[in-house]
Amino acid sequence: MGALKTLWHRLGSPRWFFEISGPWAIGALILGLIGIAVGLVWGLAIAPPDYLQGNSFRIMYMHVPAAILSESCYILMGLAGAVLLIWRMKLADMVVAAAAPIGAVFCVIALLTGAIWGRPTWGTWWVWDARTTSVLVLLFLYFGVMALRQAVPREESAGRAAAILAVVGTVDIPIIKYSVDWWLTLHQPSTFKLTAAPSMPPEMYLPLLVSVLGFYAFFFGVLLFAVGNEILVREQRTQWVNDLVRSRLR
Amino acid sequence: MTQAVFTRAPSAGRAFAAQLQRDLTIAFRSRSELINPLMFYVMGIAMFPLGVGPGPERLADIAPGVLWVLALLSTLLSLDSLFRRDFDDGTLEQLVLNVDPLFVGVLAKVLAHWLVIGLPLALLSPVAALMLFLPAAAIPTLVLTLLLGTPILSLLGAVGAALTVGLKRGGLLLTLIILPLYVPVLILGAGAVTAAINGVDPAGQLAWLAAILALMLTFTPFAAALALRVGLE
Repeated sequence: MGALKTLWHRLGSPRWFFEISGPWAIGALILGLIGIAVGLVWGLAIAPPDYLQGNSFRIMYMHVPAAILSESCYILMGLAGAVLLIWRMKLADMVVAAAAPIGAVFCVIALLTGAIWGRPTWGTWWVWDARTTSVLVLLFLYFGVMALRQAVPREESAGRAAAILAVVGTVDIPIIKYSVDWWLTLHQPSTFKLTAAPSMPPEMYLPLLVSVLGFYAFFFGVLLFAVGNEILVREQRTQWVNDLVRSRLR
Repeated sequence: MTQAVFTRAPSAGRAFAAQLQRDLTIAFRSRSELINPLMFYVMGIAMFPLGVGPGPERLADIAPGVLWVLALLSTLLSLDSLFRRDFDDGTLEQLVLNVDPLFVGVLAKVLAHWLVIGLPLALLSPVAALMLFLPAAAIPTLVLTLLLGTPILSLLGAVGAALTVGLKRGGLLLTLIILPLYVPVLILGAGAVTAAINGVDPAGQLAWLAAILALMLTFTPFAAALALRVGLE
């Protein structure tokens, strides 16, 4: 408990976080890239073809992790927003700022791979099906957070305004998901459920699991790098950043 | 020796009533602002027969969605004025400084906004429904969904209006950040009307709308109050 409390207080210092996060970011990125590579090669080349969809199902190894990450990223952003509003922790603001574009990119990947998958499977690039629609709305929510942050001139106000929007969005997301599910859905149900064994054989879902975990690690690596960049930009007037830049230039 | 006179801050209930009365008075004194969203609603609906053709069957098909989308848009267009004028003349600052807790004042303003925009919209909707040949059996459901749904629009919209109040051109941004949050209300509202047309009991969707209203009522006034403080920093 004491160690956690110390960590919490240390998070208040962007400098401390910057120094500690560098190695973590590199580690997470390497782990993520290995995970994604293993998951994709295993899924694309080794896993057996689907009895119904043939080989086209293999895009799942890209599509499902991106879709999962797009939602996780918003929830992370909402939590960081709450931390910023409650404890006014600078670092949380930087996490919100860094997470929004990353999450938006995952949304776009999920939508694009979904379209490519939908073409041979459903015979159309786009359907207004429940999951597709929720990811699209999620993308709009990310755009809103980014647009609001850019529009507010004062940096501190911009951060808090974006945080409020992220928190309201996080409360609204379950409602959006359930209301969208009112429409009967074309989409196949969730691949992974915590409560039941997957309906796929292990040769198919194990590579997917590896790929999902790889995406998560990759996401944390990218997020840590982005937060590090935010820290450098925001703290550019401080002595330690100047010293750091000078030592790198030499 | 003179003693400084401190007036006691009014109780939350009186602050709420005073704010509500003030906002309603102002709204009824500027009638055009009162009527413009309603005119937009009717005009927007009149565009659809012109655009997709006057066939009653096709219009009846799209009627639930059109009626609801226009309700969203009319509310959105009226939202910018929720805090804007008070911000421009400095009253908003007084509200933030004087009303404690602030969410009471926000709630009063939202209620006034709903009484002036949402409620008339719901009452006007049967006329708009006739323009689109919505089956008569579905009209009570339409009014009911709008009565339950438009307060949600006002409450969520207040958060967006508060977030954008300090910005020079906040209008379009307000629309961008709030429209995605309106998705559930649109789906449930239009879904209930469609269910009523098809003879299915819309109680499920209505219950959902009521539940969302309860949730938003308890939580958005705090978010909007916080957003106002951020906006006035």
